[in-house]
Amino acid sequence: MTGAKTAEVSANPTGKAASSAPAHARPRAVGPRRSRLRYAGTVALFLLPSAIPLTLFTLIPMAGSLWTSLHEWNLITPMRWVGLDNYVELLGEDRTLAAFGHTLYFIAGYLPLVYAGGFGLALLLNRAMRGRNVLRAIYFLPVVTSWVVVALMWKWLLNPASGVVNWLIGLVGLEGPGWWTDPNWAMPSIILASAWKDLGFVMIILLAGLQAIPQEYRDAARVDGATGFKSFRYITLPLLSPSTFFVVVISLINGFQVFDQVHVMTGGGPAGATTVVVEQIYDLTFRYGRAGAASALSWLLFAVILIVTLIQIRAQRRWVNYG
Amino acid sequence: MGKVLRAIPVLLGALVMLFPFAWTVVTSLTPDGALLVSPPDFTPEGAGLDAYRRLLEAMPFWRIVFNSAWLAVASTVLQLVTSSMAAYAFARLPFPGRNALFAVYLATLMVPMQVLVVPLFLEMRAFNLVDTYFAVLAPTVASAFGVFLLRQAIAQVPREFDEAAVLDGAGHPRVFAFVILPLIRPALATFAIFGFIASWNAYLWPLVIIRSPEFMTIPLGLASLHGQFTTEWNVVMAGSVVSVVPILILYLFAQKHVIASVAQSGLK
Repeated sequence: MTGAKTAEVSANPTGKAASSAPAHARPRAVGPRRSRLRYAGTVALFLLPSAIPLTLFTLIPMAGSLWTSLHEWNLITPMRWVGLDNYVELLGEDRTLAAFGHTLYFIAGYLPLVYAGGFGLALLLNRAMRGRNVLRAIYFLPVVTSWVVVALMWKWLLNPASGVVNWLIGLVGLEGPGWWTDPNWAMPSIILASAWKDLGFVMIILLAGLQAIPQEYRDAARVDGATGFKSFRYITLPLLSPSTFFVVVISLINGFQVFDQVHVMTGGGPAGATTVVVEQIYDLTFRYGRAGAASALSWLLFAVILIVTLIQIRAQRRWVNYG
Repeated sequence: MGKVLRAIPVLLGALVMLFPFAWTVVTSLTPDGALLVSPPDFTPEGAGLDAYRRLLEAMPFWRIVFNSAWLAVASTVLQLVTSSMAAYAFARLPFPGRNALFAVYLATLMVPMQVLVVPLFLEMRAFNLVDTYFAVLAPTVASAFGVFLLRQAIAQVPREFDEAAVLDGAGHPRVFAFVILPLIRPALATFAIFGFIASWNAYLWPLVIIRSPEFMTIPLGLASLHGQFTTEWNVVMAGSVVSVVPILILYLFAQKHVIASVAQSGLK
């Protein structure tokens, strides 16, 4: 889910807590050598169960990925050192540009849709309403459903000939498109399914943000004559900006890493119309046997995500209000 | 009046959220003949469980459900153990280089699975572990996210609690197990829910490392089912129903807690 990214984003404001261990906890570390050894053993006992797997299955593969990205390798014959050739080649390949283009297309459709929808719902559900908790639970249901199931559901709903969606479109007298079978409509199909799945997540985050705004602020604004739109513009929006920031950062990271729904709904097709970056990484490795290029592309993607996220963290000072 | 106007879009939206699930169930009960018809048949004649029967014939489905379940439980439990222990060390055991080590833990969070997939696959292949439970499980047994989350929780426990236990002669393992862990139960529950859902729904890594049906997890099984039965949507939807039901039950029980945890994550 979105868990891993949660920490990534919130690491910043709370990171300073790392050094807050008071000095009085230290005495255990000094004393005779024997007890110092024992203390070191205790620390190791607590750390090794996570340090060993993280080293084996995250740090070593990271290093391996960098190393592989500097080689030409089809996974079978020995590696051949090519230096930065993979990166240079990738940057010159139309397919790479197309993959980033498709990813950006996905983000450009998905982010506004999921944000506008989630925000609208959060505003509507922010007032007292009977059955609000049930509604919240319903909207959140797709969030806990697996991507594969969601992708299959929507592939069926968007079936061009016998799907429910085209039948509904037919009811109002229009002819529905070919959805995932049509290169022009395949990406919109994926965007639709993705927005449907993540709407509840965005709504919950923004709703929590809205409910954290003290009612006194709105009351005070009302006393000063600000109601309706004015109160929304000058009270709600600025005070909601931390939640908005969180949603945008997470959605962008998820958007750049989009894969599951694409792989299931279209496999990157038709005619390569939905080959997003991660799909391209997958194809490079397992279809074209270019493990070196695939590793290089994954680092390019990582670099892009990192830069985009850093820019947002930088830019947040200008628009995010931490009160 | 305003209340009614507000309720309309919200209820319509709820319908849009629920309909795909309902349609999945209806399709799973539809016989082949009534499947690819236009207009869609909402009350198909001869509805029955035939698609479920074929689902069970097409693949070792219960085995696949079992795989997903035990892998999700194992991954969640192991993550809870390894992460809470590391979190304790980072919150309560001062040692030289602690902050630097914590930074390394946090850095691993920044690396997306996509970067790791290829080298991890090669590493597993080098040790002849492709297509094994171990290979699916191993990369998920430690979670830097969990360490981070639980360290925050432990840092909020007043030190007087541990000190009282230490005065009673308890060592760190006992303070950890009997004082700290019970006090951070809410954070442990939050993390367990995230971990379980993430493992239950994981697709990319199992897709890369698993080949044979008997080691598949549900998302993989469903995707391969879709490859086999490209037009028999009733079988595919039957598989979807079976795979959604367990997580749905879990969700219904933990619903309030799940939503509260997610809401909390956006508030810091």
